[in-house]
Amino acid sequence: MYAYVMRRVVAIIPVMAVVGIFVFLLLHLTPGDPAAIIAGDYASPADIEKIRARLGLDQPIHVQFARWVGQLAHGDLGVSIFSNLPVTKLIGQRLEPTFALCVATIILSIVIAVPLGVFAAWRAGTFVDRATMVFAVLGFSVPIFVIGYILMYVFAIELRWLPAQGYKPLADGFVPFLRSIILPSIALSTLYTALIARISRASVLEVLTEDYIRTAHAKGLSSPIVLMRHALRNAAVPIVTIIGIGIALLIGGVVVTESVFNIPGLGRLTVDAILHRDYPVIQAIILVFSGVYVFINLLADLAYTLFDPRIRY
Amino acid sequence: MKSRLRSAAVALALGAAAGLAFAPGAAQAEKVLRIVPHADLKNLDPIWTTAYITRNHGYMVYDTLFAVDENLNVQPQMVGEWSASEDGLVYTFTLRDGLAWHDGDPVTAADCVASIKRWGKRDGMGQKLIQFTKELAVVDDGTFTLTLNEPYGLVLASLGKISSNTPFMMKKEHAEVDAFEQVPEVVGSGPFKFAKDLWVPGSKVVYLKNEDYVPRAEPASAAAGGKVVKVDRVEWIYIPDPATTMNALVNGEVDLWETPAVDMVPLLQQNEGVELAVIDPLGTQGWLRPNHLHFPFNHPSARRALLYAVNQEDYLRAIVGDPKLYRVCPAYFICGTPNESSVGVEALETVDHDKARALLKEAGYNGEKIILMQPTDIPVLNNASLVTAQVLRDIGMDVEVQAMDWSTLTSRRAEQKAPADGGWNVFHTYSTGADVTSPIANIGISGGGVESAWFGWPTDARTEELRDMYAREADPAKQKAIIDELQGRLFEEVVPYVNYGQWFQPVAWRKELSGVLVSPVPFFWNIEKN
Amino acid sequence: MAAVAGAGSVYPSGVVQARAAKVAEFARRNPTVIVSASVLLLMALMAGFAHHLASDPMALDPAVRLKPPCMMETFGFESRTSCRGWFGTDHLGRDVYARTVFGARISLTVGLAVAALSTTFGLVIGLLAGYVRLFDAIAMRVMDGLMAIPSILLAIALMALFGSSVQNVIIAISVPEIPRVVRLVRAVVLTIREMPYVEAAVSSGTRLPRILLRHILPNTFAPLMVQATYVCAAAVIVEALLSFLGAGTPPEIPSWGNMMAEGRVYFQIKPWMLLFPGICLALMVLFVNLLGDGLRDTLDPRIARRMR
Repeated sequence: MYAYVMRRVVAIIPVMAVVGIFVFLLLHLTPGDPAAIIAGDYASPADIEKIRARLGLDQPIHVQFARWVGQLAHGDLGVSIFSNLPVTKLIGQRLEPTFALCVATIILSIVIAVPLGVFAAWRAGTFVDRATMVFAVLGFSVPIFVIGYILMYVFAIELRWLPAQGYKPLADGFVPFLRSIILPSIALSTLYTALIARISRASVLEVLTEDYIRTAHAKGLSSPIVLMRHALRNAAVPIVTIIGIGIALLIGGVVVTESVFNIPGLGRLTVDAILHRDYPVIQAIILVFSGVYVFINLLADLAYTLFDPRIRY
Repeated sequence: MKSRLRSAAVALALGAAAGLAFAPGAAQAEKVLRIVPHADLKNLDPIWTTAYITRNHGYMVYDTLFAVDENLNVQPQMVGEWSASEDGLVYTFTLRDGLAWHDGDPVTAADCVASIKRWGKRDGMGQKLIQFTKELAVVDDGTFTLTLNEPYGLVLASLGKISSNTPFMMKKEHAEVDAFEQVPEVVGSGPFKFAKDLWVPGSKVVYLKNEDYVPRAEPASAAAGGKVVKVDRVEWIYIPDPATTMNALVNGEVDLWETPAVDMVPLLQQNEGVELAVIDPLGTQGWLRPNHLHFPFNHPSARRALLYAVNQEDYLRAIVGDPKLYRVCPAYFICGTPNESSVGVEALETVDHDKARALLKEAGYNGEKIILMQPTDIPVLNNASLVTAQVLRDIGMDVEVQAMDWSTLTSRRAEQKAPADGGWNVFHTYSTGADVTSPIANIGISGGGVESAWFGWPTDARTEELRDMYAREADPAKQKAIIDELQGRLFEEVVPYVNYGQWFQPVAWRKELSGVLVSPVPFFWNIEKN
Repeated sequence: MAAVAGAGSVYPSGVVQARAAKVAEFARRNPTVIVSASVLLLMALMAGFAHHLASDPMALDPAVRLKPPCMMETFGFESRTSCRGWFGTDHLGRDVYARTVFGARISLTVGLAVAALSTTFGLVIGLLAGYVRLFDAIAMRVMDGLMAIPSILLAIALMALFGSSVQNVIIAISVPEIPRVVRLVRAVVLTIREMPYVEAAVSSGTRLPRILLRHILPNTFAPLMVQATYVCAAAVIVEALLSFLGAGTPPEIPSWGNMMAEGRVYFQIKPWMLLFPGICLALMVLFVNLLGDGLRDTLDPRIARRMR
């Protein structure tokens, strides 16, 4: 077991190395010049050339790469070309909104999707089953920004129940915080709901055919209770796994949701950095995102081995 | 529809959502002005970059020696008294009392001299001024002199330049930082202090009222007059999505939106809580920029063909829509200014595609591929590019529209290579009217070729001569004559860019605000919030 | 979820009749598959015959921008004076109906091409990885690395690198999908190659390419088909998201995704710009997803666990 854990942890290193090299090359091969953007629209070509030299962007690519790796080795993620602030500070400022949004979304999706999936499985093959699954998939069929605008229009503009945009940190009080993330997390959870509902339905269907469920029936327990108490417990493992894998999907959705609801999170920071070619920021954030993804999947794998004694490594 | 939705919602209003809806908002002891700016503030040094957002940031924290009022006359701002010698060669400036940096030090003449020198390394008008300047000398703590080599008509206009790069005054230690590096900190002497700890790049900038600022006694008028701050703090909240911004404004979550999308104007007008007005009387001028280095637009006839092909009305409809917010204006130096001229405008006013085709033929054009760069992330330029693509096809050109983001475009436009090898033929941009009203400030007409002209590299010695003559001339009547000759040359020969129209960006704000100043640059002093 | 095979055997009279009966039986058991397939076929026809159904989708005329759909007048909504085109016009005066019809082409092309591209590459890499140890070690590290980069960010970066075109949109969406397919294929290969009949083939000296083609490839078919439908649906949505973020299909070329991204700004005042492409896109994604669900249930309920 410990050997397995160690092996998995060591395996992170080559993955992160691949990410690092890939992202660096991708960015530096991309046309676009931060120096031109910094100088502004009315700067002369000669001025831009000077700024490029000051930023070290005129160096050959391998020299720039070596410098970046050297920085990383010292735990330094670099400094934004534009704002001159350390990237660690930029990321630190934006961690909370993104984290809050992700957690709220995961909770919301599970609360909605698992009962949907269990219910559909309980009525498997019937019209109710199909209708439930169509409903679950429907949310996934509309681009998330459209769902966002509709929610904003109904709940903020027409009903005036919730703020249209923005993020209130938890430090401003729990109620304002909650109000500010309700709409974004509903919009974002549509992505996840279909996925989790599907997996719950499939898992429960499988478990339903096992003997002890029949035994439980024979003991006279009614179906919904049987499902909740026995079936779900056994279906939990694949659901946990899918949440791990779905993190990548979630991060994708976060990028868009943050733009729609103007939440100052990591997703928007990245898109902005890509559009302006702020190399140090993009490189660092993608490393961080990848690290989180790898770490969560490591946890999910380990959870898998803990929960399911049938799996041996 | 609205009421039905409301009542249905009220019927459904059970549980958490309704409970949360009536939660009290945070107590607002201090007055906060929430602004949605036109862009995200990325750099803090307004000399280092020409970006408008950084210029606006400059006006918050820094101050200027001179400034223009709403009639575009130059007035002293930091300067208390000034004089010019009889021969017009020596200017003496004395700072007014009470000026202090945000760290408490007094503003000195040495600070100002260093600041002018740094600005003179970067800005076009600044370079010209330094070129004519023999010496900048400190007389005492509050006085300095500027001595010219020969008479120069634009000394005050340069020091009071309203738009990028504006000569903001900085502390000497910062003004001595290399002009191609950013100043390390923001220490100004302006009406607001920059709260660096609260700055979230990409999202929020916070300015606190500078309690120690001594405003001038005159009433505020554009950049001139007393900068009296009437709120405790100003927050710039950058919201990239226009639909979201509109909702935030309608909902009262923000107070002022600097650049509402023009198509949202009708909706905002219907809203009782929102006021809309054009505060910049000069508006914006669109530029269709051909590449003068390469075929076919290296030939004057091909460039003139563009004048006959372009119908400003079509562009303005596609960009702005509402006729109240645009103006068909062929003049190079903006309609409604002293430099407006009507010489040579017929070519642009006439829409004659047959004539355009004939001119193209004259230039030897025969169906070769034209590369048009289209920036997909800037709506105005995106739309203008689509119109141009159609216009060029109408006059028989083979257009390849290459879609890219603005970042890619800004580096690609610097390529002097042939279009087929990674260069380009045509792209679009626009300029604030205030930046193009004079032949010196308008960098688009510069005819300095690959050495000194702006991207597209028009090459015309006569244009440069006329610009220099204009700079030396102090007599307005003679200046006007030079303008007329210059514009004639631009239309008949050079066509540095095709002006595809002038439009006016309205600003939207909540009715609770009053005192929004008329100006080409948005200022946030003088605004009161009830 | 009973298997469908042999369902027609109760009708012995005539081959044609038996076949019709088989189809009827299949349809009865799998209504979602049939309905979904029909709707998608209809959309494909719309895309194929776009030239006959609508005028030039790129022709712009700023003089008639943002005119409401004439379809609404048929139902007596707005005054007759100002309408233009079935679905109205957009912010540049282009015909929304024409763009919606032609948009089907781009959206379907993107969906299908991404599905085809990612499954093909995924299949080849996955098969090799599942069988060749050394290749497995290298390829899977690269795939893990790719998978760890959030797909939409990777796609935006790829678009910035390649520039905006339909072809590049397809590549940018496909690349992040490949690792998921690789994992799926590899998992199938790892299971199959332990099977007695494969081991028998190996010990009898059958060469590797033959084993892969004869014994392993057919087994990957069912899960791949299902995966392909999900990839296809996701690709259409991602294309819309890329347009929303300003890194999608060139604005001149209509796709449902970039029409929606353009229309979102006008959603409260001129809803038709968003509505018509939006309905088409939602229907397409919905039915592709349902087709995938139906196929999964039909082909093999067991594979459900390995999905995504």
